[in-house]
Formats: sequence, C-alpha cells, structure tokens
Amino acid sequence: MDSVRYDREPAASRVPLALKILIAGGFGAGKTTLVSALSEVRPLQTEEVLTGAGLGTDDVSGVEQKSTTTVAMDFGRITINDDLQVYLFGTPGQDRFWFLWDELAFGALGAVVLADTRRLADCFPSIDYFEQRGVPFVVGVNCFEGSRRFGLEAVRDALDLDPDVPLVLCDARDRQSGKLVLISLVEHVARQRGEPVPVG
Amino acid sequence: MRAESPGPQHEWLDADAGPVVRPYTLTGGRVRPPVDGFDLLAFVLTTPAAEPAGAPGLQPEHRRLVELARRPKAVADLAADLDLAVGVVRVLLGDLLAHGFVAVHRPPATAYLPDDNILKAVVSGLRAL
Repeated sequence: MDSVRYDREPAASRVPLALKILIAGGFGAGKTTLVSALSEVRPLQTEEVLTGAGLGTDDVSGVEQKSTTTVAMDFGRITINDDLQVYLFGTPGQDRFWFLWDELAFGALGAVVLADTRRLADCFPSIDYFEQRGVPFVVGVNCFEGSRRFGLEAVRDALDLDPDVPLVLCDARDRQSGKLVLISLVEHVARQRGEPVPVG
Repeated sequence: MRAESPGPQHEWLDADAGPVVRPYTLTGGRVRPPVDGFDLLAFVLTTPAAEPAGAPGLQPEHRRLVELARRPKAVADLAADLDLAVGVVRVLLGDLLAHGFVAVHRPPATAYLPDDNILKAVVSGLRAL
C-alpha cells in the first residue's frame, strides 16, 4: 500500500484500506436486517452466465446465445476513517449460488454466521464452508421474538462448533447488538493472528 | 432490462433466481474484461489526464464511471452507484483501463491479515459508531 501513500498525494486521492466481512446464514436468518442495522445498505447485483461451459476468459463468441441470472446481494459500508473502510456483504441465501461465495470469501477478513434457533440446521452449510476455507467466523444467534431461548452451550453443541469459535446472542435489528457481533469477530481474527494462516 | 424466456429448462431458473436478463447489452455482449484484477474491493481511480469525452466507442456509463472515480471508488461501490451488475461494470472498467483513463489498485492477497493496529482501529471505530 506504500505506493499509494505519497506525502504529496492529496487526501482525496488516497486509496483506503478496505476490509471485507461476510454476513452469512440461512434464508431469513436476519442477514439483510443486520447489514442495514450497521450501515447504509444497497443492493449489489451480480450475475452468472448460465451456460458457462466452454466460456474461456477471452472467448466471447456466441455470448448473445447465453442467459444470465441476476443475484442481488446486500452490500453495506462502514467508514472507520478516511483510510479504513469495512465492507459488509450479505451472502446469497440459496445453496445454488455457492459459486458466488468463492469470490466473496477471497481476501475476506472473516464472517458472521447468523443462526436462527428455530431452524438451526440452515446455517450448517455456512459453517462448513468457512471451516473448510479457513475463514475466521463467529456465530451470532439471532434472538427473534417468539423464538425459543436456548442456552448458548446447547446451541454450541448442536452446531458442533470448535471451542475457540465465538458464539454470541444478538438482535440483528439492533445496531448496538450488531456492533458487538462484528467486534467479537475482529477480536477473534486478532487472536488467531499468531496461528498459521491457511493457504488457499 | 427485459425479461426473457429462459428457453431450455434450467434447474436454476425459478422465481427465486430472479428474472433472466441480458445485462451485457451495454457491453456489446462481452462478459469478461480483457484483464483480470477487478476484485469487488479493488479501488479504481480516474487518471488526471482522462478525457473520455473525445474517445470513440465509449458510452454514457463509461463517462459516469470516470466521473465517479475522480475519488478512489471500490468496484462494488461503482456497481451499486450505477445500479449495474458487477460483471457489466468490470467490462466497462476494462475498456477504461485500456484507454488509460483509470488506474486500478488491487486489494492485498488472500493470506493477508491486517496488523494489530488496524484491527484495533476497526474495533474502536465500531465502538464509536
């Protein structure tokens, strides 16, 4: 980053450091609610060419025959200061959009997995994904009205979480609560710093 | 954008998948930029000498990108600002890069972890929100 921080460069043209945090979890677990509680949220359209076979990087022939599907993700930005910004990406909920996750996970600082105790199994795929990729994550148990209050240990057992993965209760609608979830993630990342970084 | 008939039944196509559209009309059908590197969090900055007004083949969306990137803007921000799909914006940015109208600052590599001071700044910044 040094190359973009010349002293003579005006502040307006300095490139900030951008950190990426993913907000994952099953459909309806509160991802959109959490992103919008923490930041201005805008839909971000991404898309995939459905007939991907044979479409090399430079091969654009026959594109007019191909269809694309558009997937909207929740996208938010928290400005820490002029040089530091945190971007939040709500991951697409449906399993078939896994192909988008690899790009989202690339270079991510970490992830928040939102769990809904009424449908705990919905967040298993997210947890599996981040465990396999070595992406640090915390689990936020979103306390919906009317949802059964389980003990944190019972939820931890049900999710079969590693002991060092933070598990926190939260209310995705509440900004303060959401902040605490993100803080627990950043502190978790900081604790992991001494450990080898997974390759990959 | 116009909804199209999906044609041959595709397992991904239903109401949840959203409309099947042709967002690449803007790019003349090109779906990949000539260069890689437009990560969602790559920052784009218009070069001081950029003069898109006189350049042939550029569309209004190209010129809007040049204007938006007078200050450094992440690719994801540009796509959201223009309300265009990320892939479309990547192709348009590739055109601008080929003209020398923008510079791209790529984010750090995968295994990069910010140092403790940065993480502390994030925590205190979040607390102050």
